[in-house]
Amino acid sequence: MKLNLIRFAAMAIITLLSFGTAHASTLNDVKAAGHLKCGINTGLPGFAFTDDKGNWNGFDVAFCRALAAAVLGNPDKVKYVNLTGKTRFPALASGEIDVLSRNTTWTFSRDVDLGFTFLGVSYYDGQGFIGRKSLGIKSAKELDGASVCIQTGTTTELNLADFFRSNNMKYEPVPIETNAEARAGYLAERCDVYTTDASGLAATKSTFKDAENHMVFPEIISKEPLGPLVRQGDDQWADIARWTLNALIVAEELGVTKANVNEKAKGTKNPEINRMLGKEGSMGKMLGLDATWAVRAIAAGGNYAEIFDKYLGTKTPLGLSRGLNALYKDGGILYAPPIR
Amino acid sequence: MTIDNNSNNDKANQNIKPPPANTVGIIGWIRKNLLGGWVNTLLTLISIYILWLVLPPLFDWALLNADFSGSSGKECTTNGACWAWLDQRINQFFYGFYPPDSYWRVNLSLILLLPALAYILFENLPYSTYGRWFALSYPIISAVLLLGGVGLEGVTTDKFGGFMLNLVAGLAGIILSLPIGVVLALGRRSKLPLIRVFSIAFIEIIRGVPLITLLFVAVIIVQLFLPPGVSLDQLIRVMIMITIFASAYMAEVIRGGLQAIPNGQYEAAQAVGLGYWRSMRLVILPQALKISIPGIVNTFIGLFKDTTLVIIIGLFDILGQARLLQTNPDWMGKVDHETFLLAALFFFIICFSMSRYSINLEKRLDTTNK
Repeated sequence: MKLNLIRFAAMAIITLLSFGTAHASTLNDVKAAGHLKCGINTGLPGFAFTDDKGNWNGFDVAFCRALAAAVLGNPDKVKYVNLTGKTRFPALASGEIDVLSRNTTWTFSRDVDLGFTFLGVSYYDGQGFIGRKSLGIKSAKELDGASVCIQTGTTTELNLADFFRSNNMKYEPVPIETNAEARAGYLAERCDVYTTDASGLAATKSTFKDAENHMVFPEIISKEPLGPLVRQGDDQWADIARWTLNALIVAEELGVTKANVNEKAKGTKNPEINRMLGKEGSMGKMLGLDATWAVRAIAAGGNYAEIFDKYLGTKTPLGLSRGLNALYKDGGILYAPPIR
Repeated sequence: MTIDNNSNNDKANQNIKPPPANTVGIIGWIRKNLLGGWVNTLLTLISIYILWLVLPPLFDWALLNADFSGSSGKECTTNGACWAWLDQRINQFFYGFYPPDSYWRVNLSLILLLPALAYILFENLPYSTYGRWFALSYPIISAVLLLGGVGLEGVTTDKFGGFMLNLVAGLAGIILSLPIGVVLALGRRSKLPLIRVFSIAFIEIIRGVPLITLLFVAVIIVQLFLPPGVSLDQLIRVMIMITIFASAYMAEVIRGGLQAIPNGQYEAAQAVGLGYWRSMRLVILPQALKISIPGIVNTFIGLFKDTTLVIIIGLFDILGQARLLQTNPDWMGKVDHETFLLAALFFFIICFSMSRYSINLEKRLDTTNK
């Protein structure tokens, strides 16, 4: 009911907006303002968090920085707008932000009904379960009758209901507001298992003192393709943002890194690298940017692999393996169209 | 004669014995309050037992077994609290993202707040005329200090954060909501239908809607009605909403006070020839506000705690900073209780002070015959 009201309100606002605003080019607006207004989370381990100087870091933040570098030439020219799950869509629709990079799942209704354009998938996530090994089960399909800690008002709640119904099982939901609360509730044995996105489960598990006594069940019960998005209706801006994301992925594929991008920009034997980095062809001009847009985007925080390893990878406290997010040639499904 | 009288008095005084030692002082207080009757004695014993259960482990956790140094949560290895983050992060808990080389501006406006408050809250201070003027101009002085201008580097409100943000939003709300509340309360009792209907509608609509809804309206919908290119600062929007929300509650608190004043007082004020405003100012409001003090302070305390809702416009007050630190991969899972405890402590200090001051004020203004 509450969700419906919020959805209705969001739709009403977006409808209102689409009448009034024949928006000028977002690219020009961003250039005129001198900074990119990027919507990010209010705090999510690995994706958006602050360091001890108060600077924003994280996987989602890195995309904002790459885009700002491509468009404005400086990755620091970003004004971060911190958005909750409820304020993110109205903020994008009303033009308060230029791009939303806030671990948002690409779904039909958000793309079609709410009038946004998703730029691609930056992180393939999915909902899973964590439970104690002492439960003596190996699979989420054996969870009949279990009590489940679940964050309320999210799609995970609906996925959970679907999963148990389609497997003819019963469960007892233990509703919980935040991830920190869920962790505390699970550790206090208020519930048998805790469910959220797999990236969140890994992060949660990494904080347990007795991590070896807990296991993440192999079943992933939903598809959660997370990615950045922009308002519908400004295709040039959507192209710029989409190809900035693609450039980061292609850069990993072609071995272009933060360290060697300036070297490779001078020209290589690989024509695709040359096209991407502006040595051949006129890719930048087609986007409405200059020739070295991708050089700056990659120099900002490195290619996809570098960003992933820095904020989410196995060397970080989150310790996520690439999994689905490995390149297609490494056994994952990360696949960017060619820059040609 | 006089000498005799005095000596008689002295004699009489010498005959008056002091009360028994076990009915005064600390012992007397304990006997009377903690051990008076078997019910009180039993409750005292139970309370002591509960405290004995709770306090030593809490003390162990928070101080004796705690980790105080380290650069990430991994270095907190004991079973106690992890306070190592204080060193790196305490400034963000106080100042948010305010530029560090301008922290002195926040500090200065906080220091200036003390005399400004003192001149408003307490009587009998020296130079009180100047002091009152200073107190009146304090909001402007602090706004210039915090936002910049007049030679100071400008700081936008999205840099505000931490406990400073709670204080700024809370104080602005407290200072503004009382006068607006008084006006609304008088309006609701006005004989002019237009004013009365407007006041009733305003109060009931605002009170009938949850604060968080008003904040969403302020943050999301107001933007649609402003001309393109015009935008009102997000923090100001939220402060306006918190203020009018508190004003509606304040109006009802004060109306309660107004209705408790006997009709005789209104008639007496008219009988000595006072008009509406003067009778309100000189006779009715001083009495009505005095009996409303507990309710007014109650509303202030509620308003102050509502300032944590600034998180919905993406600003990080002290509670937001606590949550933010909990999501930092280096500290994740180690500092949940510690950060909330710190935030709670600061809220408690401010709210408890307000509550104590209101008791002090009630006693000072108490003119009933005992």
